[in-house]
Amino acid sequence: MIPYHFRYHRAESIADAEARLTSSPDARLLAGGQTLISAMKMRLAQPSELIDIADLHELSFIRLDSGRIAIGAGAKHCDVACSSDVRRAIPSLASLAESIGDPAVRHLGTLGGSIANNDPAADYPAAALALGATIKTQRREIGAEDFFTGMFSTALEDGEIVTEVSFPIPTGAGYAKFPNPASRYALAGCFVAKTTAGVRVAVTGAAPCVFRATDLEQALDQDFTPEALSGVAMDPNALVSDIHGSAEYRAQLVLTMAKRATAAAR
Amino acid sequence: MAVFELTVNGKSVSADVEDRTLLIYFLRDQLRLTGAHVGCDTGQCGACTVHLDGRSVKACTMLVAQTAGKTITTIEGLATEGRLHPVQEAFRDNHGLQCGFCTPGMIMAAVDMIRRNDRLDRDRIRAELEGNICRCTGYHNIVTAIERAAETMKRDAA
Repeated sequence: MIPYHFRYHRAESIADAEARLTSSPDARLLAGGQTLISAMKMRLAQPSELIDIADLHELSFIRLDSGRIAIGAGAKHCDVACSSDVRRAIPSLASLAESIGDPAVRHLGTLGGSIANNDPAADYPAAALALGATIKTQRREIGAEDFFTGMFSTALEDGEIVTEVSFPIPTGAGYAKFPNPASRYALAGCFVAKTTAGVRVAVTGAAPCVFRATDLEQALDQDFTPEALSGVAMDPNALVSDIHGSAEYRAQLVLTMAKRATAAAR
Repeated sequence: MAVFELTVNGKSVSADVEDRTLLIYFLRDQLRLTGAHVGCDTGQCGACTVHLDGRSVKACTMLVAQTAGKTITTIEGLATEGRLHPVQEAFRDNHGLQCGFCTPGMIMAAVDMIRRNDRLDRDRIRAELEGNICRCTGYHNIVTAIERAAETMKRDAA
């Protein structure tokens, strides 16, 4: 039992969800619930109302457009992992989805939920930022660069709902993470993407918010090999120190994960 | 409070619950289906694993309201006409348990992984068991049971 009372509403449409969200300031959207339900059980979140958008068909699609993979915010991790389009176009994105949580979690957890929650150790934000994805809502389009604004915070405004994430298809990309042995969340994770505009490297798990490692990008732009990263020093100053690892340890992990991601890139 | 219908183990049931009711407590306390267990109650141990529309989910991390109009299968719904499911049979034959607390969740996870994987080797089975924790066995016999069950089911399907 969740230890306090709240209302549950299954949304009939995005417009219905937006109306409920706007009229009730403490309401939250519920997609897969694989983070939110646990948070509510511990009272880390106490929304007055849950608006369930998991069954909105218009949010659950995977489309191969010209040079892009467009994924509905309601697509489950397992659907992204199994999609033949994703596996062909951006195999590292499919394997990233398959590395989230465990099979039961992947059957419910969604892309939109992960992006909107912006957990500092989540996987999808790294892919979105490295690939230069566009996050679409029912109101506008937001570049990944502007979307992830800080720890558990995004550019989403009140009542705004992520509907789609559109990923440009890179010429090559790889993802590697070092999971915390207990929680399996990334202690550090790197998504490395070779794009027409150059190499982009996004780091998750190591700082309060996903970020681009520009020093690593420059090195890989010169030479896209793991060896090219050997001489690069990762500055630990902006990284997190906690009981799981010091900032210096994480800096070393980031480099190692970047090397592994580069080696795995295809 | 809400009243709605869902299907549990092939039967239509009516739920009359508070919105905050988790699926696991509805199954255990109201339907008295106590096979799915509450282990960690945080979505990590998998003792509460059931199937929602044929896919494994953790019943402690889901509201019963989310399952309105949908189909749930629990460990009690696996056997047909007094015959154990091949996965249940394999867990018995290979002694895939010690205390048994995690077993219903292990079996539901195993049925789901066999559905999704054409080929299952021991490494893959261990990776697939990421979300199911056993504190007794060291997993060895559980992995063997799932391996054997997958072989049996493949042979029977051929």
